[in-house]
Amino acid sequence: MSIASPPVPAPAADPGTTPDIEALQRHFDDTIAAEHRIEPRDWMPDGYRRTLVRQIAQHAHSEIIGMQPEGDWLLSAPSLRRKAILLAKVQDEAGHGLYLYSAAETLGADRADLTDKLIEGRQKYSSIFNYPTLSYADVGVIGWLVDGAAICNQVPLCRSSYGPYARAMIRICKEESFHQRQGYELLLTMMRGTDEQRAMVQDAVDRWWWPSLMMFGPPDAESPNTAQSMAWGIKRHTNDELRQRYVDMTVPQAEFLGVTLPDPELSLDPETGRHRFGAIDWSELKRVISGEGAMNRLRLARRRAARDDNAWVTEAATAYAEKHAAEKRA
Amino acid sequence: MSEMTAEGGHGAVPLSGVPVQPEPTVSRRDWPLYEVFVRGKRGLNHVHVGSLHAPDAEMAVHAARDLYTRRNEGVSIWVVRSADVTASSPDEKDPMFAPSGDKVYRHPTFYDIPDDVPHI
Ligand SMILES: [Fe+2]
Ligand SMILES: [Fe+2]
Repeated sequence: MSIASPPVPAPAADPGTTPDIEALQRHFDDTIAAEHRIEPRDWMPDGYRRTLVRQIAQHAHSEIIGMQPEGDWLLSAPSLRRKAILLAKVQDEAGHGLYLYSAAETLGADRADLTDKLIEGRQKYSSIFNYPTLSYADVGVIGWLVDGAAICNQVPLCRSSYGPYARAMIRICKEESFHQRQGYELLLTMMRGTDEQRAMVQDAVDRWWWPSLMMFGPPDAESPNTAQSMAWGIKRHTNDELRQRYVDMTVPQAEFLGVTLPDPELSLDPETGRHRFGAIDWSELKRVISGEGAMNRLRLARRRAARDDNAWVTEAATAYAEKHAAEKRA
Repeated sequence: MSEMTAEGGHGAVPLSGVPVQPEPTVSRRDWPLYEVFVRGKRGLNHVHVGSLHAPDAEMAVHAARDLYTRRNEGVSIWVVRSADVTASSPDEKDPMFAPSGDKVYRHPTFYDIPDDVPHI
């Protein structure tokens, strides 16, 4: 049996005896309680496996679709330096998707099948990628705010109870730091430029600030599944905790940059040292995620085209492999 | 509207109505799965880093280079078909590893040596 194959669903019992599910469940619970990792071939409850497949698959889809908003600027990068940086960043996002599909496969999923479910709209990706990138400043703001929010979400996932997911997240987090810094540096450069460039940065911040807050999901009161995921160790902090941490981290960065975050209610609470912020328009998140964002159809159409129009590449690679295997045999 | 949460890194996604069981599909390529091992630098062992699909071992090595060593993470790559890996079963945990569990005399700390013996 391969190390990547799905875990044995039932214990190896003597033929004719029924598996002791209660003992297995206890062993699983103890492993989680001890903060040890669950590994692919361990027994795990069905709900844990299903939740992980959903979470890892939709995370992977977000990385893959996330290549598109910035990819739109690859051919219009203002310098060779910026183009090389952006290309590396977009390529990283492809890598993130593939690390995650690899982790999902250890749970018995199949990555070609997951891709089909994405293209058919049956599995989703993060709503943030359904907004258009209107200027080059968006590239900087995405690196700063969107990758910054992703870092807040992802760092705790490095301690996920599921080993392959946690290991993928460690690798991803190392790379995300470059994403955020290249974005912030790009914005610093533009802010030192002309009035027009400063206005571009402010405009991009105005458009991306609220969607970046929505990335953390609805308020805790409306997230009944969070408790189970936290008990399983596959979610480490609630949506509101992560959002608050993100706001507190980002406000001083905005001040340094010299941009205004588009929230008149944003203020530091001197007692707690934390920032208060205005109400989020959740109807917008719901609209965008259910397909009414500016870019939903385009994102999926392009992913579909990448699969279908490039099928000849995989066919050619298969033919090449077969030819070489035949030559070796001869 | 189904429940959503910030599952995964890039933010809020729906939770209900998301199928998770594998189904046969048009795009399934039937390329075998390869496990990838990378030697970080000379003097270190190859370490398992993940897996990928490829039509053959040679192309698996090339894909592994692009995917797992974009930042000088390695000086050497091994790939092996996942199907060719033989692993111990987690259920054998006790009987499989028990023989080494009671052999404390295999560890240097088992032996009491007076503190004033040098270099031992
Ligand atoms: Fe990413
Ligand atoms: Fe990123």
